[in-house]
Amino acid sequence: MYRAMVGVAVLCGVLIVSVFEVTRPTIERNEARALRDAVLEVLPGARSSRAFVWSAGGDGFHAYRPDGEEGEMVYAGYDDAGVLVGVAVEAVGMGYQDRIRLIYGYSAVPERIVGLRVLESRETPGLGDRIEKDPAFLQNFVDLDVSLAPGGKDLAHPVEAVKHGQKDRPWQVDGITGATVSSDALASIVARSASKWLPRIRPQVADFSSKGDT
Amino acid sequence: MTEPSAPTGEDLWRGVWRDNPVFVQALGMCPVLAVSNTALNALAMGLATSFVLCMSNAVVSLLRSFIPRQVRIATYILIIATFVTVVDYLIRAVSLDLHRALGAFISLIVVNCLILGRAEAFASRHPVGPSILDGLGNGLGFSLALFALGAVREIVGSGRLFGVPLFHEGYQGWVVMILPSGGFFTLAAWLLVFNRVRAFRARAVPRAQEVPS
Amino acid sequence: MTDDPLWSIFVDACLINNFVLAYFLGICPFLGVSGKLETATRMGGAVVFVMLVSSACAYGIERVLTAIDAPYLRLISFIVVIASAVQLVEMFVRKWSPGLFRALGIFLPLITTNCAILGVALFQTNRGYDLLQSLVFALGAGAGFTLALGLMAGLRERLALAEVPDVVQGTAMTLLLAGILSISFMGFAGLGG
Repeated sequence: MYRAMVGVAVLCGVLIVSVFEVTRPTIERNEARALRDAVLEVLPGARSSRAFVWSAGGDGFHAYRPDGEEGEMVYAGYDDAGVLVGVAVEAVGMGYQDRIRLIYGYSAVPERIVGLRVLESRETPGLGDRIEKDPAFLQNFVDLDVSLAPGGKDLAHPVEAVKHGQKDRPWQVDGITGATVSSDALASIVARSASKWLPRIRPQVADFSSKGDT
Repeated sequence: MTEPSAPTGEDLWRGVWRDNPVFVQALGMCPVLAVSNTALNALAMGLATSFVLCMSNAVVSLLRSFIPRQVRIATYILIIATFVTVVDYLIRAVSLDLHRALGAFISLIVVNCLILGRAEAFASRHPVGPSILDGLGNGLGFSLALFALGAVREIVGSGRLFGVPLFHEGYQGWVVMILPSGGFFTLAAWLLVFNRVRAFRARAVPRAQEVPS
Repeated sequence: MTDDPLWSIFVDACLINNFVLAYFLGICPFLGVSGKLETATRMGGAVVFVMLVSSACAYGIERVLTAIDAPYLRLISFIVVIASAVQLVEMFVRKWSPGLFRALGIFLPLITTNCAILGVALFQTNRGYDLLQSLVFALGAGAGFTLALGLMAGLRERLALAEVPDVVQGTAMTLLLAGILSISFMGFAGLGG
């Protein structure tokens, strides 16, 4: 009796592993390309990008090598001349319906978010998913003030969403009418991520200056 | 009892109307409703489920003489889980966007009572040919039902079908249809329609038989 | 590991994104069991317990699978563990509370194919919750499931005495009720902040 089950289990295992191995190159390629496209999109002017790992030992960012140190990653973008355009950071958090995963581009000079793209969301189609598609909403993130407070440990003004039409400060995000929760969620995801990463990135901007290729 | 050895058309079409998994057997609604808010998602889930259903029916049927009775359910679940994992990676390779839209619900196909139900009720007692057809038929019925759900929700809820706007610019959809409640209401509505049609046909048959003199 | 505070995870799983009313998970027992309030609450209790056990096991399994780099075994391992957890709970209940065991009857094994339990394991893995967050998530999901089940049962007990059109009898009516309940739960949106 157990022989039969084990036999079936082995068969199943073989099948799974084969499909996994066959599809793995395609999947990795797709994911890498999607990420690269996203990074270039949120850092306007960037033509190439490079991944950096935040060193757990606290000595800044190191360029990512496949056999090197593992850790949380950010992505630096460079223009044609190899000059640093900015750093793209991934962030994740709960939206209205499920997790929202996004990536935003940060430029240290001036301290602004220069672009944002939603990577994954399952918000209500037609309503909440406008955070992904509505160009007017995404425009909020083209010049979003994320300057650090004196001391450099946190944001001077936390990014927040306000009712549509009431934005009057450069760190505010004009929400989408009818998608308040999704807009709020997005703003708070960005705020949390920025207050975690920007105090790390801004002082270490020199770490990213080595020209990269993807 | 002798098993029918040749696959018949009946095996295929039975699952589409007469024994439609969702509307008649009331099976397999569970894991799919959450991602049936657009026609595309619903169709993709339906097709993914059909794939798993056909493949697991085929394998269960192939191995039916080898699987001991006491552990048969566990073995069926193992086989189903295998094909669900396979389809998960296939979807991820074909379309990352689709995979992100469907997410964990692809994996939840494994607890779809429909698949286990067909394996136990049919595939374990019939040869491979009819089993595959049975899987195809039920899968087709299931996909159609899901598409009906997703299409109605998308059209009424956002005025689009497959993302293509159907109505004029200012169309205000019934937002509730896209939200989970809409799923419940739409399913209830289709169930009502289905039952009415069947009741109507059942009444019509004796009358038709009376007509010839 | 995400930054969501624990209470937010609990409220989200229980109310805002109730497993039954928002994700449609756990519907089979929902439609079948929710005739009587008492059975419903007992089923809910069993589900909470199984969810907690499965959640802890799922966290452990995920750690192991990441360590040996075999993510494709996730689904199969989760299913096997959940089934075993249900068996364990069944033995436990049979020994310590035979009355409860008789009352639950067929429903206990039914929990094995309960999408909600697998849903908990899959969602917590996708969202990268650590152990404590996972357990709180499972607790919230189970509480929400019990809540939805209890509300349904209460409503159906009342409706059993009311006049309902023939057309709507049965599953269709339960679904309509569920839809209305789902709308009312939407009032909780944004609670988590």
